[in-house]
Amino acid sequence: MSLDSLAVGAWLKDFADDIHENADYLTDLDREIGDADHGANMDRGMSAVAALDPSDFASAAGYIKKAGMTLVSTVGGASGPLYGTFFLRVGTAWANVHDAASLGAALRAGLDGIIQRGKASVGDKTLVDALSPALDAFDAHAGEGVAAALAAAATAAAAGRDATSALIAHKGRASYLGERSVGHQDPGATSMTMLIEAARRDLS
Amino acid sequence: MKKLINDVNDVVKDSLLGVEAAHPDLVRVDHDNKVVYRLDAPVADKVGIVSGGGSGHEPLHGGFVGYGMLDAACAGEIFTSPVPDQVYAATKLVDGGRGVLHIVKNYTGDVMNFDMAAEMAGADGIRVESVVVDDDVAVQDSLYTAGRRGVGLTVLLEKIVGAAAEEGKDLDYIVALAKRVIANGRSMGLALSGCTVPAAGKPSFELADDEIEIGIGIHGEPGRARRKIGTAAEMAEALVRPILDDLDYRGSETLCFVNGMGATPLIELYIMYDEVAKILAAEGIRVVRSLVGNYITSLDMAGCSVTLLNTDDEMVHLWDAPVATAGLRWGK
Repeated sequence: MSLDSLAVGAWLKDFADDIHENADYLTDLDREIGDADHGANMDRGMSAVAALDPSDFASAAGYIKKAGMTLVSTVGGASGPLYGTFFLRVGTAWANVHDAASLGAALRAGLDGIIQRGKASVGDKTLVDALSPALDAFDAHAGEGVAAALAAAATAAAAGRDATSALIAHKGRASYLGERSVGHQDPGATSMTMLIEAARRDLS
Repeated sequence: MKKLINDVNDVVKDSLLGVEAAHPDLVRVDHDNKVVYRLDAPVADKVGIVSGGGSGHEPLHGGFVGYGMLDAACAGEIFTSPVPDQVYAATKLVDGGRGVLHIVKNYTGDVMNFDMAAEMAGADGIRVESVVVDDDVAVQDSLYTAGRRGVGLTVLLEKIVGAAAEEGKDLDYIVALAKRVIANGRSMGLALSGCTVPAAGKPSFELADDEIEIGIGIHGEPGRARRKIGTAAEMAEALVRPILDDLDYRGSETLCFVNGMGATPLIELYIMYDEVAKILAAEGIRVVRSLVGNYITSLDMAGCSVTLLNTDDEMVHLWDAPVATAGLRWGK
C-alpha cells in the first residue's frame, strides 16, 4: 500500500482520464434531468487537476488540498463546491492516513464536507448516494486491508449509483422534475463512482 | 447545431470581448475573471451591487451593468454558476466602502459559489449581504426540491435595488428593499422548444410540433409538464393563473413583465402581453408599469415567461429612476 503524493497523483489522473473519456456520457445523463453540463464541467476541472505535478508538493495532503481548490476555481455549478470541498476535507485529514481505517476516516471527512455544503441526505438522488454506501462498505471491510476495503467500496458505490435511477430527486436541478426524475441515473453519483473505482485501481 | 461562434470552448470569452468592444461608454471587462463592471467602479460611498450566474441568459446579467443598476456581473460558463474566485474579484472591484449586495438566483450551484465568495470577501473586511431570488411558481413543492428558481423577477430586482444604491441608500435599507421585491414578485414560463448549449451540441429537450413544456426554468431543463399548445389567450391563462393562485394581487398596482426566452419574436410577445393584460384587468389588477422583450433568456429557446410584481410607491419611483446599461436605458 502506498498513499504518498505519487500514488494520489496516479489516482486523480486516472479519475481525470475517466472523466474525459466519459464526458459526453455524463453530459447526456445530465441532459435527461439537469442542464447538460456535468461532463464538460468536470472535464474542465479535472484537466486542471491533472496538470498539477504531485512531485511539486511537499506532502500528499498539500497536493489533495490544491486539487480541491483547483476544482472550486474551475468547475462552477454545484459540482465545483461539492467536489472541491470533498478534496479540501480529505486533504486536511490525509496527514493522519497510514492504514485502511485512517484512509476511511479521511474519505468520510470529505463526505461530511459535501453534506455540510450541499445539505443532501442519502436518498436525495445525488453523489451522496454513491459515496455514502461506499464508505459504509469501506469501513465494514477496513479490517481486511486497504485493497479489500476499496474493492467493497467500489462495488457499493456502483450499486448506489445504479439505485439512483429509481429515486425521486430532492436536491439540485433534477428536483424540479419531481417524479419525472425517476428512471434516470444521477450524473453526480455516476462521476463519484468513477472516483471510487479509480481509488480501487490506484490506491490498493 | 448551427451557431455564430468561433469555437464551442470560447463562447463566453468571445462574447465578453464583444460586450467590451460594443459598450466602452458603459463598462469594462476583467477577462481573467470574466467580470463585467461599471466604467466608474468602485463608486465611492455607494453600496456595490453584484450579480452573476451562468451565461446564456443575455442581456442578464452583464447587459444590466451601468449607472442605476449593477456595478458588476460575473459570467459563468453557459448555464453554470460562476466560481467563487470570480464573485470575489467582482466584489473587490466594486466595493466603494459601504458594503456590497450579492443578488443570487436560487440554484444549488449559484448559492454555494456565492456563499464561498461572500466568506472570502468577508475575510478581507468587506461587508457582503446576499439576497436569493426565488420567484418561479412552477416549482410547487419547495420542501422536496432545491426550492423555487430565480427567473424573471431578477431583472426587476436588479433595476429597483440598483436605483436605490444610486440614490445613496445604505446596505441594510437595500437588503430590506430587495426582500420586499422578492416577497411580492412571482413568475411562470413556458417553452415552445428546447435550447442548444454549444458544448452539448444538441437541444436540451425535443418537443413535437404541437407540444409545449410548461413551468420551465431558464436552463433548458424540462418543466413540470408537457401539453398541447393552444392559442395565445390559452397560453396566457396557463401562465398567469398559477401566479394569481400563489400570491394575492387583487387591488394591487402591478408591474407586468412579459419576457422572451430568446427565439420568440416580439410580435408574439406583444400578443401575449395583451392577453395577460386582459386577464389582469378582468381580475381587477391595475398594471402601472410594463416591460416586454428578451431580458432573461435561455439561449435559443422559444417561449416566454410572465412576471408580476406587486409594487408600492417606492418601487415604482425606483423603477422610473434613470438607468444607463446596454440592456435597459432610460431617463439619463
